[in-house]
Amino acid sequence: MDYTILVGGAAGQGIDTVIHLLERTIKRHGYYVFTYKNFMSMVRGGHNFMQVRFSDKPVTSYVSKIDMIFALNEETIALHRERLKDDGVIIIDNEVAKAEEYNHLPLTQIAKELNNEKVYPTVGFGALVNYFGLSLDIAKEVIYDVLGDKISDVNKQALEKGYDMLERKYNLEKKDDNHILINGNQALALGAIAAGCRYYCGYPMTPSSSVMTYMSAKANEMGIVVDQIEDEVGALNMALGASYAGVRALTGSSGGGFALMTEALSLAGITEIPIVVFNAQRPGPATGMATRTEQSDLRFVIHAGHGEFPKMVIALRTPYDAFYQTARAFNIAEKYQIPVLLMTEEYLTDYNMTIDPFDFSKIKIERYLAKESDIIDERYKRYKFTESGISPRLIPGKVKGKVVLVDSHEHNEYGNIEESTDNRIKMMDKRMKKLEGLKDEIQEPWFIGKENPENLIVCWGATYGAVKEAVDILNTEGGSIGALIYGDIWPFPTKRINEMGKKAKRIIDIEQNATGQLESLINEFTDIKCTDRILKYDGRPINGDEIIQKLNLSI
Amino acid sequence: MSCEYKVYDPSWCPGCGNYMIKTTLKQALEELDIPPHKAVIVSGIGQAGKIPHYIGANGFNGLHGRALPPAIGIKLSNKNLTVIAESGDGDTYGEGGNHFIHTIRRNVNIAHFVHDNQIYGLTKGQGSPTTAKGQKTTLQFDGVRFEPVKPVALSLTMGAGFVARGFSGDIPHLVKLMKEAITYKGYAHLDIFQPCVVWNKVNTFGWYKKHTYYLPDDYDYTNYEEAYKKALEWENGIPLGILYKVEKETYEDTFEFIKNGLPLVDVKLDPMDTEKLMKGFY
Ligand SMILES: Cc1ncc(C[n+]2csc(CCOP(=O)(O)OP(=O)(O)O)c2C)c(N)n1
Ligand code: SF4
Repeated sequence: MDYTILVGGAAGQGIDTVIHLLERTIKRHGYYVFTYKNFMSMVRGGHNFMQVRFSDKPVTSYVSKIDMIFALNEETIALHRERLKDDGVIIIDNEVAKAEEYNHLPLTQIAKELNNEKVYPTVGFGALVNYFGLSLDIAKEVIYDVLGDKISDVNKQALEKGYDMLERKYNLEKKDDNHILINGNQALALGAIAAGCRYYCGYPMTPSSSVMTYMSAKANEMGIVVDQIEDEVGALNMALGASYAGVRALTGSSGGGFALMTEALSLAGITEIPIVVFNAQRPGPATGMATRTEQSDLRFVIHAGHGEFPKMVIALRTPYDAFYQTARAFNIAEKYQIPVLLMTEEYLTDYNMTIDPFDFSKIKIERYLAKESDIIDERYKRYKFTESGISPRLIPGKVKGKVVLVDSHEHNEYGNIEESTDNRIKMMDKRMKKLEGLKDEIQEPWFIGKENPENLIVCWGATYGAVKEAVDILNTEGGSIGALIYGDIWPFPTKRINEMGKKAKRIIDIEQNATGQLESLINEFTDIKCTDRILKYDGRPINGDEIIQKLNLSI
Repeated sequence: MSCEYKVYDPSWCPGCGNYMIKTTLKQALEELDIPPHKAVIVSGIGQAGKIPHYIGANGFNGLHGRALPPAIGIKLSNKNLTVIAESGDGDTYGEGGNHFIHTIRRNVNIAHFVHDNQIYGLTKGQGSPTTAKGQKTTLQFDGVRFEPVKPVALSLTMGAGFVARGFSGDIPHLVKLMKEAITYKGYAHLDIFQPCVVWNKVNTFGWYKKHTYYLPDDYDYTNYEEAYKKALEWENGIPLGILYKVEKETYEDTFEFIKNGLPLVDVKLDPMDTEKLMKGFY
């Protein structure tokens, strides 16, 4: 089984509520859920839609074909009916549209009878619950959990009224539910908190903001300072202050905001203050499309900051990945005293997916701080020359008689300004030496599909989900296809691509940008050449169906 | 002793006002009995910004205009540290103007000393946000074309709880002001006249001496209207001293867990404590 319900309408009509109730109710019946959200940068009006896909097998992407449209306005039908399966149905409020072929439900009328016009989406939700044969009790439980005490009574009545409106077509029997339903930004935030991040400062920018929102909601419970700063320039400088003082700090933004942070990123480079920063990509240049998705900041992020200094860049592939990689990022940042940059993208930040619960016992907080006894010099050398390039890191205020001086100028071992040629070379070498250690930390890309495939896909980040679906389907149909999905992407891992790329007949680069930025890295760092490219940059996420279609053309 | 307030060869010009500010800062910290490892001097870029190198305390010499954000991050992370931000007038009111405004609103417990030489020193004499209208500089050949920032009036209107003005030519007076600013609970803005003997030929030691006067002992610094009037005084004498001082809740105290808990940096961390948050995703 594999069904998709689309709910569409204008912003502010309640799509969110229906989707929330629906995805949670289905999940609690033990099914795999994937919710794709497509919205415009508007608070009221426009056209928004969301699709809940559910199946008894794991799902990692949205699909093109849909089984049901729940339309909150007529425009939704016009825009999406083409994608409806032959036996698919459309439901709509009878006061909104009259055409015969829809199921007209008296949603508004019931809501009025309940003296609360706002509950009409819940009436519709009730109809869906019966249609798919879901449990009314579980639906009520979800209403209570999602909407809270105050308004759940009237919503429960709305649910029951709606339940009688539509005949049952399917019977989704209840199975064990062992999953969580989470999006990439929530997973990133959880990973950070688990890793001991206790300082978040940022400036709102879609689609990064929900990390800050989640952390803010948990701030008091977990003892986290969450601060909305005047701008992104201040945000990263403040985070560096917190990290200098010994607290794990996080900041993040989307392209434009990240651009403002590059000045301070360079400061992190020369002061060797560990820091984790994420860039939640949206289409650019400049303001671009705020609520759409793209993977076009890869080159920008790996080169962000003026001057030369080591940094690490990790692209997040799934919510599961987001959790563990974020936690890992904090350890690597502290081990090497460098900035670690996380790249995510609107699609991943927003979609909701069922995954195994996180195993918090796997998270280790490794601080790599110097002990008092490690500081043997009379005057503490913050930038002591060492074999590895990593100097013992002390936190200010902790050791009597030792002070910690960090500096944005070129400096000597003590942190004092010094521009002699000898010192400059030594300091640059010291910083760059960290790259040697860092190379050992780099994880090769994930590989999925047939061993030694004739066709090798390369991609990075959240494109994983769509590629996974396509690879699985094509291989079941007898194809010979595999894929490398990059997570760690800077310093660029070359081992696996060199091995596999030499054997494959075709190498297909799939990215959500116009220039093939991953492909350009492969060209730069290996002898492998991609033979095909599927580049999508219309702001909408690619899915498995689309990849299969386009591969047919190019293979 | 490896750690005391000592000097590491300043690279300022002979006769520069910065020397006195450095001496004063050192004296203020010593008189307040704050050991070097408990103080952090945070600065931006400019001649003023070099001061962490010449004081043997913890130091964070960051970016031009950006002294305040890291200072806030440091204070909230470790409330036990004495945090002092030092920056030039260009650093503070120009490049860092936005941070200045919003730091005042936050009222974090830090002291902020602005070395106000009314010129850009390090970059060789261009006009700063406090250079007088009409003054000719190494860049504004026809004279500065627009009005200067009025620092103390600005911080007053933004709601600063401690606003003062000092002069590097009077060390004892400045020590007193610095000590008041450091011990004040909240953001303390101290604008310090600091003659740049090379680039500012107008606002010299003599000029400041001639144009300033001390607020009288019976001056009521809790009176906002009075303070605002004083803050605007210029042509007929510029007042030195504490213009305004009232008690306000500090930003860090608005966080229950900082106010009543350990300094953030000393809180024990265990990843398992976060597991409970997963409840929300079932
Ligand atoms: C982002 C940035 N812009 C410009 C500069 C160049 N710069 C260094 S110091 C300075 C101004 C210095 O004036 P002020 O802040 O008044 O300090 P002073 O040197 O007079 O103490 C400028 C423009 C810089 N370092 N960084
Ligand atoms: S240029 Fe001016 S501010 Fe800079 S050191 Fe010389 S006198 Fe002082």
